[in-house]
Amino acid sequence: MTFRDTAGLALQALRGNVLRSVLTALGVIIGIAAVIVMVAIGQGTQSRLDTMISSLGSNRLEVQSGAGRSGGARLGAGSKPTLTQDDADAMRRELSDVQYVAASVRMGAQVVAGDANWATSVQGVDEDFFPINNWQLESGEWFQPRDYGAAAKVVLIGQTVKKNLFGDEDAVGKTIRVERVPLRVSGVLAGRGQGGFGQDNDDVMFVPLQTAKRRLPAGSAISGEYVQQISVGVTRPEAMGTVQGAIADLLRQRHHIAPNGQDDFNVRNLAEIIATRTETTRLMSLLLGAVATISLIVGGIGIMNIMLVSVTERIREIGLRMAVGAGPREIRLQFLAEALAISLGGGVLGILLGIAGSWVAGAASALPVHLSPGIIVLATLFSLATGLFFGYYPAKKAAQLDPIEALRSE
Amino acid sequence: MAALIEIDRLDKVYGRGGAAEVHALRGVSLSVGRGDFVAIMGPSGSGKTTLMNLIGCLDTPSAGSYRLDGVDVATLDVTERAHLRRDKIGFVFQSFQLLSRLSALENVAMPLVYGTVPKAERRPRALAALADVGLANRADHRPTELSGGQQQRVAIARALINKPAILLADEPTGALDSKTGEEVLALFARLRAEGLTVILITHDANVAAHADRQHVMRDGELVETTAR
Repeated sequence: MTFRDTAGLALQALRGNVLRSVLTALGVIIGIAAVIVMVAIGQGTQSRLDTMISSLGSNRLEVQSGAGRSGGARLGAGSKPTLTQDDADAMRRELSDVQYVAASVRMGAQVVAGDANWATSVQGVDEDFFPINNWQLESGEWFQPRDYGAAAKVVLIGQTVKKNLFGDEDAVGKTIRVERVPLRVSGVLAGRGQGGFGQDNDDVMFVPLQTAKRRLPAGSAISGEYVQQISVGVTRPEAMGTVQGAIADLLRQRHHIAPNGQDDFNVRNLAEIIATRTETTRLMSLLLGAVATISLIVGGIGIMNIMLVSVTERIREIGLRMAVGAGPREIRLQFLAEALAISLGGGVLGILLGIAGSWVAGAASALPVHLSPGIIVLATLFSLATGLFFGYYPAKKAAQLDPIEALRSE
Repeated sequence: MAALIEIDRLDKVYGRGGAAEVHALRGVSLSVGRGDFVAIMGPSGSGKTTLMNLIGCLDTPSAGSYRLDGVDVATLDVTERAHLRRDKIGFVFQSFQLLSRLSALENVAMPLVYGTVPKAERRPRALAALADVGLANRADHRPTELSGGQQQRVAIARALINKPAILLADEPTGALDSKTGEEVLALFARLRAEGLTVILITHDANVAAHADRQHVMRDGELVETTAR
């Protein structure tokens, strides 16, 4: 019996009861579609996280002012400034394995250029801030070293700000007013797109730290030499831990914190946070994969169940086929082929449904979706394996029937 | 030349050693030559169905030997016996055993997938077999759309599709009225005239009378042979 003959027999039998065949395949259809959608979303999220990690720079530590206190109530992190420009200078001076140190402050501002205006955030930053954060320049130029010392009225703007204030025009050299303070656009930063947490990374403006603190009204509110955040770039990934500890020791010493006292700052390792998130995503895909596997097993059991019913129902057909010359192998192949046709057909329908579902999920939500050819091949193999595994027992049972008994049964 | 079917002191025991041990055949010897038309008769429980299953290679004897066209059936495994059935024996059943979801033509062609006939030759061959039993114009009908006599003729066409040496018919007229039964028996006579060996199993003496030779079975033994 050739492969085509076997396939023909299987399809002939399945055509005899189309509704039942489709219902039987439904378990596999849903299982495969679920696997495809889950994996597409999982891989999409994963690749976005990867992009985020590389854009953030993995050798980065963030030092923030710690929780302030108002009476007995503890306020949130950064609520009371405790870090100073001197802390940043001390880190740069005293710590080894540190490549960049950048103090910064951040404030919200309504900005105006000509008759356009826009609400965005303005950050006052040190020179090191740009290399730490991998910012690239699209046009114009970076701040000059003297701009930082002289609190020059210059600004670097992100793509979103540029688009909202200047449209398609060239922005370099134009003037932006931040709370009535005119700032000259020194350069436009290259776009970075959406961040891993859904925020717009391009909706930003940067001014030299001293400009923010001395020229802008909102910045003057942050008193004295205080800054909100110090970003530290570490020379090599292996040094992250020791540098993190060294920063903490240095700051405790400088802030005169008793050995058992509460830190008034915290040091965050961004790579660690992202790694945790990556791990969470991986666990999620594992969990969803497990759910999908269970639904495939349920689908497979459905196939086995119907195939067993089919063997019982068609027992006389089996007896007849044996009488006219079918050997056990041929009977087994026929029923196995039916199970495979159901599961493979279900697999193909499930893949189509899964692709459609991934597309809908991607379009209807902000979830990133990534369909890889590998998962489609895997899904096909999975459905084949389901049919083979769950179809084998009924097929074997059919092949072992005694033709005399089978022909005689009602 | 040896006979087509050589049966020598065949025994068949079911449930051997148990309380329900049944001695279905006791020392049956029978020889059927090429082109013979024989009937095996007997009341139900006489062992004629057991004998038919053995002749049809659907079952194996407990003792004794059975040679079909020179081949000792006892030495064959289950797959070899299936292939022997395919090549040598055409079955006709009382209840026709047609597959209701297939057309008459598909039913006739059904055994061909287990053989070596190329796909392209199957349809013309099945059509020729249907024409041979006078049903060329019913090829696309389902069994439910055919009369009992027509269904049995479809089944006979199916039995002949692999050009067997033997037609083994178990109560072929049992589900038919006497007129259509006569037509089926006339068809057997014609096939036999064309060189086919026909073995008819029946309890009906009128049906058995169409054969050249009648063997009567009682309690698992062949008790009487009459030739016309």
